[in-house]
Amino acid sequence: MTKKTSIGSKLYTALVFIFLYAPIAVLIIFSFNSGKSTSVFEGFSLYWYKELFNDAATLTAFKNSMIVAVVSSVISTVMGTAAATAIFGYKNKLLKSSIMTVTNIPMMNPEIVTGISMMLLFVFVGSLFGQTGTLGFATLIIAHTTFELPYVILNVLPKLRQTDPHLAEAAQDLGCTPFQAFFKVVLPAIMPGIISGLMMAFTLSVDDFIISYFVSGTDSQTLPIRIFSMTKRRVTPDMYALSTLIFLAILVLLIVSNVVSAHGDKKLSKKGGAKK
Amino acid sequence: MNKKSSLMTKLAGAPYIVWAALFIIVPLCMVAYYAFTDTTGAFTLSNMADIGKYADTFILSIWLGLLATVICLVIAYPLAYIMAGKGPEKQSTMTMLIMLPMWMNFLLRTYSWMTILEDNGLINTLITSLGLEPLQLINTRGAVVLGMVYNFLPYMILPIYTVMLKSDRSLVEAAQDLGGNKLDVFKNVTVPLSVPGIVSGFTMVFVPSVSTFYISQKLGGTGTILIGDIIETQFQTANNFNLGASLSFVLMILIFICLAVMNRFSDDDDGGVII
Amino acid sequence: MSNHIIELKNISVAFDGQQIIENMNLYIRDKEFITFLGPSGCGKTTTLRMIAGFQEPDSGDVYFEGKKINGVPPHKRQLNTIFQRYALFPHLNVYENIAFGLRLKKTPEKEIKEAVTEMLELINLKGFERRNISSLSGGQQQRVAIARALVVKPRVLLLDEPLGALDLKLRKDMQVELKNIQKRLGITFIYVTHDQEEALSMSDTIVVMDSGVIQQIGTPTDIYNEPKNAFVADFIGESNIIEGVMKDDFWVEMAGHKFKCLDKGFGVDEEVDVVVRPEDVDVVPVDKAMISGVVTSITFKGVYYEIIVEIKGFKWMIQSTDYQAVGSTIGLIVEPDAIHIMKKSQYSGLYGDYSSFSEEFDELSVAEVDEDEEE
Repeated sequence: MTKKTSIGSKLYTALVFIFLYAPIAVLIIFSFNSGKSTSVFEGFSLYWYKELFNDAATLTAFKNSMIVAVVSSVISTVMGTAAATAIFGYKNKLLKSSIMTVTNIPMMNPEIVTGISMMLLFVFVGSLFGQTGTLGFATLIIAHTTFELPYVILNVLPKLRQTDPHLAEAAQDLGCTPFQAFFKVVLPAIMPGIISGLMMAFTLSVDDFIISYFVSGTDSQTLPIRIFSMTKRRVTPDMYALSTLIFLAILVLLIVSNVVSAHGDKKLSKKGGAKK
Repeated sequence: MNKKSSLMTKLAGAPYIVWAALFIIVPLCMVAYYAFTDTTGAFTLSNMADIGKYADTFILSIWLGLLATVICLVIAYPLAYIMAGKGPEKQSTMTMLIMLPMWMNFLLRTYSWMTILEDNGLINTLITSLGLEPLQLINTRGAVVLGMVYNFLPYMILPIYTVMLKSDRSLVEAAQDLGGNKLDVFKNVTVPLSVPGIVSGFTMVFVPSVSTFYISQKLGGTGTILIGDIIETQFQTANNFNLGASLSFVLMILIFICLAVMNRFSDDDDGGVII
Repeated sequence: MSNHIIELKNISVAFDGQQIIENMNLYIRDKEFITFLGPSGCGKTTTLRMIAGFQEPDSGDVYFEGKKINGVPPHKRQLNTIFQRYALFPHLNVYENIAFGLRLKKTPEKEIKEAVTEMLELINLKGFERRNISSLSGGQQQRVAIARALVVKPRVLLLDEPLGALDLKLRKDMQVELKNIQKRLGITFIYVTHDQEEALSMSDTIVVMDSGVIQQIGTPTDIYNEPKNAFVADFIGESNIIEGVMKDDFWVEMAGHKFKCLDKGFGVDEEVDVVVRPEDVDVVPVDKAMISGVVTSITFKGVYYEIIVEIKGFKWMIQSTDYQAVGSTIGLIVEPDAIHIMKKSQYSGLYGDYSSFSEEFDELSVAEVDEDEEE
């Protein structure tokens, strides 16, 4: 590559990253503003952070988000892993492809359509039983589980494909029942896929607004819904404080997971080297 | 595999199949059901007939969505190309930097633009402090498209980058070896090979852009009402589920048609590569 | 009868309407090294999987020491398998892989340790206990797979093309090692391969299979010297398969010449297939020859030359230590004990002469290994 294009590409990369990060930088800077303004920096203060932690509704929303994310991601991971194993084993091509098509629907469909379709179902079923307040934690968890499932399945399936098809047979051959063979051998082999599926499900759940917006009740507001209702009013820097905290949390998580995977790679390459 | 264990494997799929039927298929049927019934549950086509009133909104949504998607593609493609040519350390750092804003809630991301673009926001404060006239930035269509591009740009960069990374570099070398100059190689090898990435990036940007309601509410004001806004209103404030369902139904079908066309397009291009 | 450890009776298997094994009958003696040999899709792996319990026959019975074991799941059978790509458990180290079967049997830790150490010694991998599976070479993985299966003391070890993924040199070493292990432990090995050389050098008994049917059962020498039909003759080693006519007992006519042979019991003027191995043809001056032909190609093979000779429109392959110029006419002699007569079979005429012979084709057909009859 010539020097000219290299400078051009560096400049371009820098511009795109400035575009991506400038708004976030603004949020972070103004979260420390002592005044209420979001355009004039009046002085450094942690006032808005204090405000945030005194806001009971936001804290409750955070707790709700965590409950929903943990429960739904665990359910979707267990069910999705079982489903992926089954789908992988199906010989019937038509059955296999129709299941995969249905699995793709929540990923392809606009979230708003997924959200309202589930809302309609819950409201309809609720009205059959003469109830009006059907929407709540249960519906939220069902909806989250539903949109997380495809991601779990799509993370586990490739791992199954990579796994030696004879692994389970080898375990049975050595004395495992088919059940034991799955848990002792197949499951550990596909574990990386299951974990990344679980993590993805969890993050998607915490992050989701649109679907939650339609299927949650007043007592089950998640953090994004709380953010939505707060941003309906005037802009105040306590939302900035929240954004900064979320940003930091994600940053730490990403760095940790990167370091962990890089460490794993190194370990692997070391072993590969030892072979020679 | 012997019969008992294969039966067990089959049964492992049963909960998911039931779940998918109950919570993916049935809800879509519910959308269709509400779209074709009135409040009493009787069959009607009047909801569908009402859709005609929203034709302009549909067209505007698709137009703005398409615009945002194309802008994303134009920004993302060179970046993905640059990224794929970097060393592995740099690549993983850059991937992380692109994913970071993606995982931040899009409400907050949109909201930050609101602060910047507001009448007395950051940009206008800067402009007026220089003694210039403030600009009308927020509540414009441009702001809405900007919001879409900003929010969904990573979804365009990453798939294209992944495909470029996967496609064999030796193909490029082979093409150069066969006498192609840089531009030829880029045009005839790199671009066709990245089509699958473009298609999935296109999908991942276009679908949420077309159906958004938060971005248009926050950045478009009352002047830019998108189809997502109308649907949201039907369910959250107007309580006209039937109209909302019929709008969603049409939106869903329109999007599936767009996706089918896209996929078709990519298939044709694949054929082109082979030839 | 008492030393038959495994018996297959009237076994038939079909997948998706395609017959994989057709009415197979076979017994396997205790402590013998038996090999199922045949091309891809001949049913050899399916037969092995049936014995292991991964596949149930559609009809017919499988017996183990005289007891019917149809429907007995794999984990309850006293047999263990070495899989094509070893199927070692990637999340366990070498020690834990080998200990896997013993742990399932709730063997005390001390005994496990002893047994695993003994196994590692047997496979020459002492000191590898804590190594990760992915850090082992193909040959080492292969040994661990063998140790893992042998440590549970099976009566029978099933090996499904175990050396297919190894390179040639390693394969030869492993052949010797496997044979030694089998002799030392005195257990039955059932071996599946498509490599005739491997089968000939290791086995006590070879079962040649094609299209789900056993073509011939016998010792390696029997199979090589007395092939039952054109398929076996062609599959094992190089052979010229020539159409001939029995003129009388001990007399066969082929290539326009009447040859003395050692075979009898055919009808007069019965049409037969005659097998002559390339190494059994001697080159002599034309005036002393039984038949003569024109050299069409010659290839140097190291120890000998491989010469293609056209005799009355049929191309023979012969191996000779002397160089012959292409285009020259040479004389050939075939001794009676070099001639093997076979009855006509469905395979007659399928294996032509060496006119289209090319080494590349030969290697290609060997390279399309093991992907046969999955499931």
